[in-house]
Amino acid sequence: MRTDAYPALLVALMSAVTILLRAAPFLIFKKKAPAYVMYLGQVLPAAIIGMLVVYCLKDTSLQAPPFGAPEWIASLLVVGLHAWKRNILLSILAGTAAYMLLTQLVF
Amino acid sequence: METAKAAFVKSLPVMAGYIILGTGFGILAHSAGYGFLWALAMSLFIFAGSMQYVGVGLLSGGASVLTVILTTVMVNARHLFYSISMLRYYGKAGRYKPYLIFSLTDETYSLLCDGKVPEGSDPDRFRFLVSLFNHSYWVLGSVIGSLVGGILPFSTAGIEFSMTALFIASFTEQWITAGNHLPAATGLLGTLLCLVVFGPDNFLIPAMVLITLLLTVFRNSIGDGKKVDA
Repeated sequence: MRTDAYPALLVALMSAVTILLRAAPFLIFKKKAPAYVMYLGQVLPAAIIGMLVVYCLKDTSLQAPPFGAPEWIASLLVVGLHAWKRNILLSILAGTAAYMLLTQLVF
Repeated sequence: METAKAAFVKSLPVMAGYIILGTGFGILAHSAGYGFLWALAMSLFIFAGSMQYVGVGLLSGGASVLTVILTTVMVNARHLFYSISMLRYYGKAGRYKPYLIFSLTDETYSLLCDGKVPEGSDPDRFRFLVSLFNHSYWVLGSVIGSLVGGILPFSTAGIEFSMTALFIASFTEQWITAGNHLPAATGLLGTLLCLVVFGPDNFLIPAMVLITLLLTVFRNSIGDGKKVDA
C-alpha cells in the first residue's frame, strides 16, 4: 500500500512555491515599482513569449531524421495561418491537428 | 453580464488548449497511479501546466522535498516576469487581487498582458473572470483526462503541440501589432542562443538572465517602452 501523506505534501509544496513566485513582485514592490522595473514589465511580455516558443520546441531533434520536420511544418503553418486569419483558436487547432497527423502518419 | 460575456469570448482561445492539455495531464497522472482526486487537487491548487506534467514525474519517482522545491522554482521562475509586468494592472485590483495573482498562468498572461479591456467593463472584474474561466477549463480537462484514462479510441500522441501552437500564434500576433520588434527578437534569439550553449535541460534560467540583461542594455534605444505596444 502506498501512503498518500508524502505525495500530498509534495503537491502542497509545488502549490506553495508556485504561489510565492507569482506573488513575490507584488510583495516586494508594494507601492510603486521603480521605473526600471516598470520598463521591464513593459518589454518582457514580447520577449517571454519568444522564450516560451523556444522552450516548447526545445526537445526537437535537428541532428537525426526527420530533422524536426513535423515541428517546422506545423510551426510555419501556425505562423502563416495566424498572419492570414488572425484567429488564435483556428491557429492552435490547425497547428495541433497538423502536428498529430504528421507525427503519427507521415514521420 | 456584458463583462462576463466579454471575458468568456476573451478566454475562448485558451479553452481548447487548456481542455486538451488538461486532459493530457489527467491521462498522464492516471497512468502514473494518481487518479481523479490527485489530478483535481493539482489542477485546483498548482494551476501551472508544465509544472504539473513535471510534478507527476516527481510524485511517482518519490522525489525529495528539496528537489521538489528547486524544480518548482526553476520551472516556474518565469512567473516572476509575468507578475512584474502585471504590477500596474493587478496592484490595485482590490478583492480580486489574490486570485488574479494566483491564477497568472502562461496562457492567462498571454491573453491579458496587453492590458486591453473591452469598453464599458470593470477591468478588474474582466481580468478576474478571464482567469476563472481559464482555471475552470484546466480543471475540467484534468478531470476528463483522469476519468477516460487510457480508454480513448485514437492515439493522442502529439497533442502537446497545442501549447506550442498557442505561443507561436501569440508571438505572431504581437509581432504584427508591436511597433518595436526588439523585445520579441531578443526573447526568441536570446533563448535560442542559451539553448545551444546550455542544452535543453539547463537553458531556461540563463535565458531569463540574458534576456533581462539585453533588455536593460537596449533600454535607451527602446525609449523606456513608450513606443512598444506589446
